[in-house]
Amino acid sequence: MQILAEIQTTAHELAKHQKSISVAEFFSKNRHLLGFDNPRKALLTTVKEAVDNSLDACEEARILPEISIEIIDMGGDRFRLIIEDNGPGIVKKQVPNIFAKLLYGSKFHSLKMSRGQQGIGISASVMYGQLTTGRPAKVTSKIHKDKPAYYCELVLDTQTNEPDIKNEKNIDWYRDHGTKIEIDLEAIYQRGQQSVETYLKETAIVNPHATIIYTDPKANQIIFPRVTDELPAETKEIKPHPYGLELGLLIKMFERTTAKTIQQFLMDEFSRVTTSVAKEILEKAAIPPKTSPSVLTRESAEKLIKAIKKTKIMNPPTDCVTPVGAELLERGIKKEINAEFYTSATRPPSVYRGNPFIIEAALAYGGELPKDKQAKIMRFANRVPLLYQQGACITTKSIAATNFKSYGLNQPRGSLPVGPCVILVHIASVWVPFTSESKEAIAHYEEIEKEVKLAVQECGRQLGKYLSKKQRLNTELKKRSYIEKYIPHVSKALKLLIDLTDDQQENVNEILKDLLEETRGKIKDIKHTNTEYDADFAKIGAEEPEDDNEEEDE
Amino acid sequence: MVVVEKIKKLANKIFDKILDHESPSLKMPIRSLNNVEYDSNIGYFKLAGKFKGRALTASTVKTFAQTLLMMNESKNVVEKKDMMTKREAYYVSKNWGDARFNEQPESDTVMDDVEAMLMVNREQLGFVPEEKGGDVAGQLVVVDKDPDTNEEIKIDCTKMGSGAYSVPSSVEGLGFETTAKFILAIETAGMFQRLVKHKFWKKENCILISLGGVPTRACRRFIRRLSDDKKLPVYVFTDGDPYGFLNIYRTLKVGSGNAAHINEFFCVPNAQYLGVTPQDILDYKLPTHPLKDVDQKRLKDGLKNDPFVLHHKKWQLALKQMLTLKVRAEQQAFAAHDLNYVMSVYLPDKIKDHKTWLP
Repeated sequence: MQILAEIQTTAHELAKHQKSISVAEFFSKNRHLLGFDNPRKALLTTVKEAVDNSLDACEEARILPEISIEIIDMGGDRFRLIIEDNGPGIVKKQVPNIFAKLLYGSKFHSLKMSRGQQGIGISASVMYGQLTTGRPAKVTSKIHKDKPAYYCELVLDTQTNEPDIKNEKNIDWYRDHGTKIEIDLEAIYQRGQQSVETYLKETAIVNPHATIIYTDPKANQIIFPRVTDELPAETKEIKPHPYGLELGLLIKMFERTTAKTIQQFLMDEFSRVTTSVAKEILEKAAIPPKTSPSVLTRESAEKLIKAIKKTKIMNPPTDCVTPVGAELLERGIKKEINAEFYTSATRPPSVYRGNPFIIEAALAYGGELPKDKQAKIMRFANRVPLLYQQGACITTKSIAATNFKSYGLNQPRGSLPVGPCVILVHIASVWVPFTSESKEAIAHYEEIEKEVKLAVQECGRQLGKYLSKKQRLNTELKKRSYIEKYIPHVSKALKLLIDLTDDQQENVNEILKDLLEETRGKIKDIKHTNTEYDADFAKIGAEEPEDDNEEEDE
Repeated sequence: MVVVEKIKKLANKIFDKILDHESPSLKMPIRSLNNVEYDSNIGYFKLAGKFKGRALTASTVKTFAQTLLMMNESKNVVEKKDMMTKREAYYVSKNWGDARFNEQPESDTVMDDVEAMLMVNREQLGFVPEEKGGDVAGQLVVVDKDPDTNEEIKIDCTKMGSGAYSVPSSVEGLGFETTAKFILAIETAGMFQRLVKHKFWKKENCILISLGGVPTRACRRFIRRLSDDKKLPVYVFTDGDPYGFLNIYRTLKVGSGNAAHINEFFCVPNAQYLGVTPQDILDYKLPTHPLKDVDQKRLKDGLKNDPFVLHHKKWQLALKQMLTLKVRAEQQAFAAHDLNYVMSVYLPDKIKDHKTWLP
């Protein structure tokens, strides 16, 4: 009894310390989950979240995006980040929620191809800024040219996950519409592979409809001009497909739905559920179709999910996913890389866990690319470049699992190919399955792995064809150079043997050259000329980070 | 000078063909055992008449140029009455610019091609081999000339002490004086040493020649000229193995497939095989080694493809006997009985008994 009493006391003691923690508090302690592991990455993540939001907003409003990013060095590891767009603006009421409340957003409950997904990103950046510098984020937004702009300063209450609005006012702003956010944060500015420049450049590659103006801490300005006035096709929102359903979500949906019966619920809330499909599911789950969703228990939800898995349901519509397009991808990669051969492939839509997706790949080979290094991989998800965690990404694994030896590249067993080669992979989906909230690597799904492999193989086959053609041409050119090289020796020998005159010798040269080249026929040149290549563009982000060098010097 | 004329004629033919806007081609006999015939009346491997053409194309233009350039070097050497070793020819090519040879085997092949094309031997083309040809001791005086004064020099091969006279790379100018009854050609230098040491040549009144494996062209030519000049029979004494029969003896007697175009000059048709025969292995109870796979293969190959073996029933029986015995024996194996057994018993016995020889 005594022992039991002691245990109870301990439990009570413990209970004193057990309390719910706010989402904001949790994330402030787990920054790495959101991409704020270190000051260098924090800068990139903040730029990324703001730019992603701007692009999404512009596209949704069918406005050609024009985004400016400015980083100002405030001294002492502090930077001010100012990001401004020409988007539709945000209504006053929503501004605080969007910028200073975690998990608030329009996108989480819908399935639509967009850059942002969970509604965490920009609020997390605001929170990171306030935690490291103590300064609020400053937001300006204007929704119509006849209305004033709304300005406010925001702090996120990490206890309650509620925005704290300060100093709000209406101001005059030169834009007709748009949004501007200013965040102060602790950061390290670095150039190189995983820098803001690289991110913006790669963004420009897959978003050719956007103009991006970047001013770095040294006040250098880089402009990535728009190359097409055509916005990406409008993406449609789709209802979730039953195959992707999880228990927790289903229970939440029961609470929220306005449907009177469970059968109606299934038909209203999901795609591809017809009356007969709904009836079949419910019959298998042994739930009467007229039951109200609000009275359904957890057990019923489980039964329902099991029944769904046993029911054959048509795949979700796939017109909701739009690829960048093989042609644009190839153009982008041409601008960046001065290679000798380019190819690209867009796969037909496929589905993983009820979510439609499309894989595209592009490949550049040869030219100025380094010959003895591992192939460079460029990864994109819904038009957003992925710069971190390459090794953990399914695209990397799929590429490593593809046999490049048969396409003429070296490849150590189970690794990426080695050679003068860049491989670009883009996944477009209504829901990109990242391995973590920081959205750096794509999770392992068999269907995705297979599609990446197929797309890369398609590019590989083209490369293989090109390389064998090149080899044939080289052999042919070598043989032809033989003719040029050795015919003079034949004629010289004859001259020495039977005392030919110079004219006779020259005559022999000409006749033999005609004779030998005639039999070989005309050759087709396979040289590519890359008119898209932009040397200045390619240089961006390519320099070694200066800080690293300095460290080495010390 | 016949050679120079041949070379010029060929060059003119090529030139004419080019002027006719036709691709010239070089024609040469195929040099392999498949392209030789054996006729015991002639006594050596004769070309069977299969030719290969080397037409001038993009892929052959380099070799084509090299062949012509090599012909030109040969013409120069012959005209100047000089000579050039194979190795020297390779170095001379270094002046040919892009057409130069990278390795000596390339130049050797082209040289063999020129030789075969013109159907002459390379000595006539002014090319001499690097290899030295064999040692001589015994009842023979070689009549040579002083290279400077052209004065006659007589070399008495009985007065070489424990050493021997060395066959020069070109033997055409040599003369011979001898009272010997026969020539004994011996495969190994070791056996030759033993016979020289004990003056076996005096006892049997003969000339001893060490072949040193497959005899060089010079050595073969030396034996041929000596045998023709002095009407001397040639007895051959090798290891009792496929290499001794088919490489050393066969090449000495009737020539090779590779050099079939010049076998006429480099064969010794009256050579006869003294031993060690497979029957000797049994008769003299010789210690043996088992036949290796390559040995068996060589024997079977000889039985199937060698025109010389196919012509001589006795050789077929001997090779088959060896295949059955599955053993081989070396010349030195007689030492098992007594170090000098080979001189006191084996060779005198064999020399007397022609029936134990092979053709």
